[in-house]
Amino acid sequence: MENEKTRTYEIMEVCLLAGKIMLQSGGETYRVEDTMMRMAAAFGIENSHSYVTPTGIIFSAEGAEPTKTKLIRILTRSTDLKKVAMVNSISRRISSGELDLESALTLLKELDSLNVTFPFMVQVAAASIASGCFMIMFRGEWIDFIPAMLTGGVGYFGFLYFHRYIPIKFFSEFLASFIIGLLSFFLVKIGAGQQLDKIIIGSVMTLVPGLLVTNAVRDLMAGHLVSGLSKGAEAFLTAFAIGSGIAVVLSFL
Amino acid sequence: MDIIGQLVTSFIATAAFGVIFNAPKETLVKCGFVGMGGWIIYYIAEKYSGDSVLATLGATLFVGIVSQELAKFYKTPVIIFSVAGIIPLVPGGLAYDTMRNFVEDDYYQALALGAKVTLLSGSIAFGLVFSEVINQVVRRIKRANL
Repeated sequence: MENEKTRTYEIMEVCLLAGKIMLQSGGETYRVEDTMMRMAAAFGIENSHSYVTPTGIIFSAEGAEPTKTKLIRILTRSTDLKKVAMVNSISRRISSGELDLESALTLLKELDSLNVTFPFMVQVAAASIASGCFMIMFRGEWIDFIPAMLTGGVGYFGFLYFHRYIPIKFFSEFLASFIIGLLSFFLVKIGAGQQLDKIIIGSVMTLVPGLLVTNAVRDLMAGHLVSGLSKGAEAFLTAFAIGSGIAVVLSFL
Repeated sequence: MDIIGQLVTSFIATAAFGVIFNAPKETLVKCGFVGMGGWIIYYIAEKYSGDSVLATLGATLFVGIVSQELAKFYKTPVIIFSVAGIIPLVPGGLAYDTMRNFVEDDYYQALALGAKVTLLSGSIAFGLVFSEVINQVVRRIKRANL
């Protein structure tokens, strides 16, 4: 009896850890719920309920013993698709019976502390290239390609750099877009760039909360009202930060 | 020439976004192709119909359906392909214009643009949900026939 109790708690810990990693890495709400319930079912808990919001997960398991419920708090969220894929493959292996409880827990704990992101400078380079390309896609001229790459790269560098020292995302986004606005204004002023609007739009695309907006509307449509609304609020805050950063520069023109 | 430029830049931009979102290395090229396909559909449809909402819907449907198939084939979550694919379609430029008009005290213009942004992001979300529904219906029909 006592053994069974601890086993249920261990299963719940594994499920919650998997859910936490997925949610922190930008997995969709329904996928997190689905993964957690599938994993619980694979370990023998047929009836489980999960309630996932962007800031916390509540998971409860029903069985022969009294129902147990656990809560886990989510503080930081970012986009790290590789971790989502890795948790997904772990959950697949659990469902097929390849992994037992202990090894799944060790694997997930390892994954939780692992940093699988691309190197800092690679990310900045990618952002800079993306900015240049977006500027062309929004019907800019090729002459503005280099200025857009420059402002986009510096802006994203600033975003990552500030984010290390200022834990509030709003401020690092505000500062990054402020830098983008200032630098592109400067580049146009000295004649290196032509169209100020296009350069700014291309450069801020790497900061724009496109993923959040779509996920928010999607969650709302799927009936996850709480997470849809809170993701929408987060997206609005990010858009507001970017807009006001640019606006401060534009109002000085 | 114009189309070739769009093809190349949308491929590179989407793949670069894959790096920013830390997609697994082996999926980056596929992400690039998904994004390129979606963007070209949007670009051509918008050019000939002039309706950006419809063009976005069509492009998102393409991105959604292709992502579902790729995800099934490579046994990875759908989000890896769909996220990078829809990034070019996100109305970032319009959102910027909205904000700029607000700052310049042109509220009428800003509200009109804001409504357009809402419509566009709504159509992206709708396209994604719709492609998911199509995928489920197809799967159910296939299972019923077996």
